[in-house]
Amino acid sequence: MTAKQDVNPQQATSPPDDERKARAGSPLERVIELAIKASGFSAILFVFAIFFFVFSTASEFIFEKLDFVEFLTSPEWYPTSLSNKRYGTLALLAGTVSVTGLAMLIAVPLGLGSALFISEFTSGSMKEGLKIVIELLAAIPSVVWGFIGLAVMNPLIIEVFDAPIGLNVLNGGIILGLMSVPIIVSIGEDALKAVPDSYREASLALGATRWQTARQVLFPAARSGLLAAVLLGVGRAIGETMAVLMATGHAVQIPGSPLDSVRTLTATIAAELGETAAGSDHYQALFAVGVLLFLLTFGVNLAADLIVRGRSSR
Amino acid sequence: MVNASPMIEVEELSVSYAGKPALDQVTLDVRRNEILAVIGPANSGKTTLLNCINRMIETIPAASVSGTVKVDGHDVAEYRDPSMLRRRIGMVFPLPVGLPMTVYENVAFAPRMAGERDRTVLDESVERCLKQSALWDEVKDRLDDLGTRLSGGQQQRLTIARALSLNPEILCLDEFSIAVDPVTTMKIEEVLKELNKDMTIVMVTNLVLQAKRMADRTALLLNGKLVEVGDNEVIFSRQAADARTFQYVQGLFG
Repeated sequence: MTAKQDVNPQQATSPPDDERKARAGSPLERVIELAIKASGFSAILFVFAIFFFVFSTASEFIFEKLDFVEFLTSPEWYPTSLSNKRYGTLALLAGTVSVTGLAMLIAVPLGLGSALFISEFTSGSMKEGLKIVIELLAAIPSVVWGFIGLAVMNPLIIEVFDAPIGLNVLNGGIILGLMSVPIIVSIGEDALKAVPDSYREASLALGATRWQTARQVLFPAARSGLLAAVLLGVGRAIGETMAVLMATGHAVQIPGSPLDSVRTLTATIAAELGETAAGSDHYQALFAVGVLLFLLTFGVNLAADLIVRGRSSR
Repeated sequence: MVNASPMIEVEELSVSYAGKPALDQVTLDVRRNEILAVIGPANSGKTTLLNCINRMIETIPAASVSGTVKVDGHDVAEYRDPSMLRRRIGMVFPLPVGLPMTVYENVAFAPRMAGERDRTVLDESVERCLKQSALWDEVKDRLDDLGTRLSGGQQQRLTIARALSLNPEILCLDEFSIAVDPVTTMKIEEVLKELNKDMTIVMVTNLVLQAKRMADRTALLLNGKLVEVGDNEVIFSRQAADARTFQYVQGLFG
């Protein structure tokens, strides 16, 4: 009896002690925990800081001088006109949307196709080799892509389509599409790789072919990851500046065909910001274009998020 | 119509994974409409043997195979499209893997992949398979639920229903009771006995008593080698030809 009584109090006190220790952790543990927390929050901080900076620089112009209807619906972008300055972004928006749209038409099938090929239809050295090459593709600087647009695609398009100029939506779309492919491939391949092997086994054992397995089982199972891959590709395409600046011909107009030259939102900011006086209307208008660009990418991401959530809660 | 030729003929089958042998010169037959149990300790090649029957072994890159497996008299290697072979053989894995789709879609998957589009045919097939696997009464109102929402035992019966959806001649089960409670196991065993009237069943099991209960014949594998295959009356008696068989089924191994 006495032995038991001796043991009991110990048992009663020691677990809370351990718990407290575990919760408090060593000082080093707490520092690391704080550092991780800080880096997590810093991402949020940076996003808001950038948005705040862009928005505040443009705010005076946006609230006092900007005609919202004109800004969003007029294709006339004449910020340097002496008599009648006009700040309509519709043509620039059309430039961005048309080039991005064409780029995605090329990049999505190509990117998802090669992600599928690398993940499911090849193995060994072929697989490793392809992955390395595609990572290399992602590492090519955008100015080099622009150079290819200027020096290779431009004469090619003139030749093939008998167009007056080869710097246009088609050129920019192809270049941008090829630039987006590596992102879609590497993230898409990760998404497919994350599908449990047991799904593949079950589907194949039920007599589905490899393609049926990919289309009916793997794609649905990996859909949120694949969508993320596509959207990061879209994000890259919308945000890309240098290559489209060089490849699209730099003409402010709403394109009627893929062979028309255009100018994108990003190219406009890059080309004109250096020429404006800091704080001038033109300068602030370009920051307003930046806000528009920001809202556009934010909208794309939000839509994607809602699609993924909506699908998965079904 | 009595067809005396074996349903499955395995001849001198050897498999190695990246040079490491898993099956070594295994030769055995599976007779028509029998239940053959395959027993043996872990790593003795039981699952590998099943994977050779429906050529799933090909999906493992490091595996190399020699010897032949014949199903219904035809060498499985002669199928140009392995999915044609796999549609004749139902396969049930140790852990129930509901495909990420509804109960209905899980069971309708294989017929769909084989080209069936007619909704009424699919409906009938789903109902038949779920009834055969003794799951219909429990899930008939939940056909549109995700397969993964069912309980573990229900999911395992769902995978059996799925394996039956193409009217296979052969049903292979790999330790189907590993993740299932004893009551459900008994339920599934009854289902299998019923199914055995129409099809040949090969079941890998770790439960010696399950082999004794269920099988007509039992094969013992040990380190990739076939120790003995024979009628249950022999295997589970003192008449077993190999002393190791007696030791294993008595639990005296090692």
